[in-house]
Amino acid sequence: MALQSLDIALRSATTTPSPSVRQTTEVAKLIDVSTCIGCKACQAACMEWNDLRDEVGHNSGVLDNPSDLTAESWTVMRYAEHEENGKLEWLIRKDGCMHCADPGCLKACPAPGAIVKYSNGIVDFHEENCIGCGYCITGCPFNIPRISKKDSKVYKCTLCSDRVAVGLEPACIKACPTGALQFGSKEAMKDYANERIADLKDRGFKDAGLYDPPGVGGTHVMYVLHHADRPELYKGLPAKPHISPLVSIWKGVTKPIANAVLAGLALGGLFHYVTQGPNEVDKELEDEVEKEEK
Amino acid sequence: MANNSNELQRYSAQERANHWLVAVCFVLLALSGLAFFHPWFFPLTGLFGGGTWARILHPYIGLLMTISFLGLFFRFSGSNSLTATDKEWLGNLGKLVNGDPHSMPEQGKHNAGQKVMFWVQSICMLLLLISGLMIWRSWFNLPVELVRFAVVVHAATAAVMIGFIFVHIYAAIWVKGTLRAMLRGTVPRAWAKQHHRAWYRQVTGK
Repeated sequence: MALQSLDIALRSATTTPSPSVRQTTEVAKLIDVSTCIGCKACQAACMEWNDLRDEVGHNSGVLDNPSDLTAESWTVMRYAEHEENGKLEWLIRKDGCMHCADPGCLKACPAPGAIVKYSNGIVDFHEENCIGCGYCITGCPFNIPRISKKDSKVYKCTLCSDRVAVGLEPACIKACPTGALQFGSKEAMKDYANERIADLKDRGFKDAGLYDPPGVGGTHVMYVLHHADRPELYKGLPAKPHISPLVSIWKGVTKPIANAVLAGLALGGLFHYVTQGPNEVDKELEDEVEKEEK
Repeated sequence: MANNSNELQRYSAQERANHWLVAVCFVLLALSGLAFFHPWFFPLTGLFGGGTWARILHPYIGLLMTISFLGLFFRFSGSNSLTATDKEWLGNLGKLVNGDPHSMPEQGKHNAGQKVMFWVQSICMLLLLISGLMIWRSWFNLPVELVRFAVVVHAATAAVMIGFIFVHIYAAIWVKGTLRAMLRGTVPRAWAKQHHRAWYRQVTGK
């Protein structure tokens, strides 16, 4: 989504400061998996607000439908069946962009302004600047961005940046019938999460906790998990997400070093020529060869 | 054509055409690749019709370069095998660079520097091809761990290749008469005797 903005905290492939005079409150979406009933109202609201209709796919035999995120489905419910102490637990997780404080997608993106992070924490794709290389997919620790087969641009959850910018809550929050989805300032969401976690602990979930992974600087989509010690139970939610060291090498210090070495080689050549002169054939040798030829 | 007795044929028309096809591909790939390498160079995508066009064209030009490089490889791999004298030449490289060409051992058709260039470029080409295919999302969709590895290999190898090409281009500018060998195919006899004496003996019988 593109909105003229004065509160850009980070901008892809940009080495100078972006417009950032306006400071906004850091926001967060809180997903309380313990009160989610898996109704998919959030999925429907996402389609409706963003006016997207994914292709009707195939039922993979479980409730997950569509079975994965796509360029047109920016959030999907993932259902995991887990047995513990002789009890079946149905762990339901709303998957989508986590809006990392340190976004791997933005770090990897080579197109200026194709990915921005606003000061409120929302990480947004500006598809009109996207060149379709897929580097963001390589950078993302959560496997979120999807390339569209129609236009070769990448798409993902915008955290309804257009709605949030005008003081509305994201569409999924508005549609949730149980209050499992909450939206507000990140501080308020943490406070609310603590209440939920205390309640869960009271009810025997001793490992209940907040998922706000520090490996990516924290996220602006957080989960309350009954098993915060084992996030993988929730259909592979990464336990310790972080930007891959390979991506950091690729996009980190190696680039200025390579630039400096290449510039040094080019200048070195110039100054070598200027100081040493060209490597020409000796005059005596030329005369000698000429004599031989006669 | 060596229609002048003062000149020796060094590269055939096919060899020259092959070399310059690779060179054109390289320049296009370096310009579009650098655009993705660092934000400073992103404006170079304008030369290709914008970022999206640069992204679309880069891998296809890469395939063309691989195919044409293969031609160069088979034409020149025989004359680029490293020998014991090459080690001595490389050891004395500092003297040559500092303006003393007389302490260098006799060289065949290619000197040790050219041979090292040939093999470095060949290895780079192979690495760029494999890693490039791995990150080509229009056609392939590999596990992300492999793609992450391939992007690092691709960027690092490309930087090495560009660096060596800078040396290659500078050597052609610095050693007078070299550029002409690749443009027109011929070199003066004296040039051959000075820079590639063993090759000079071989082709002239002197």
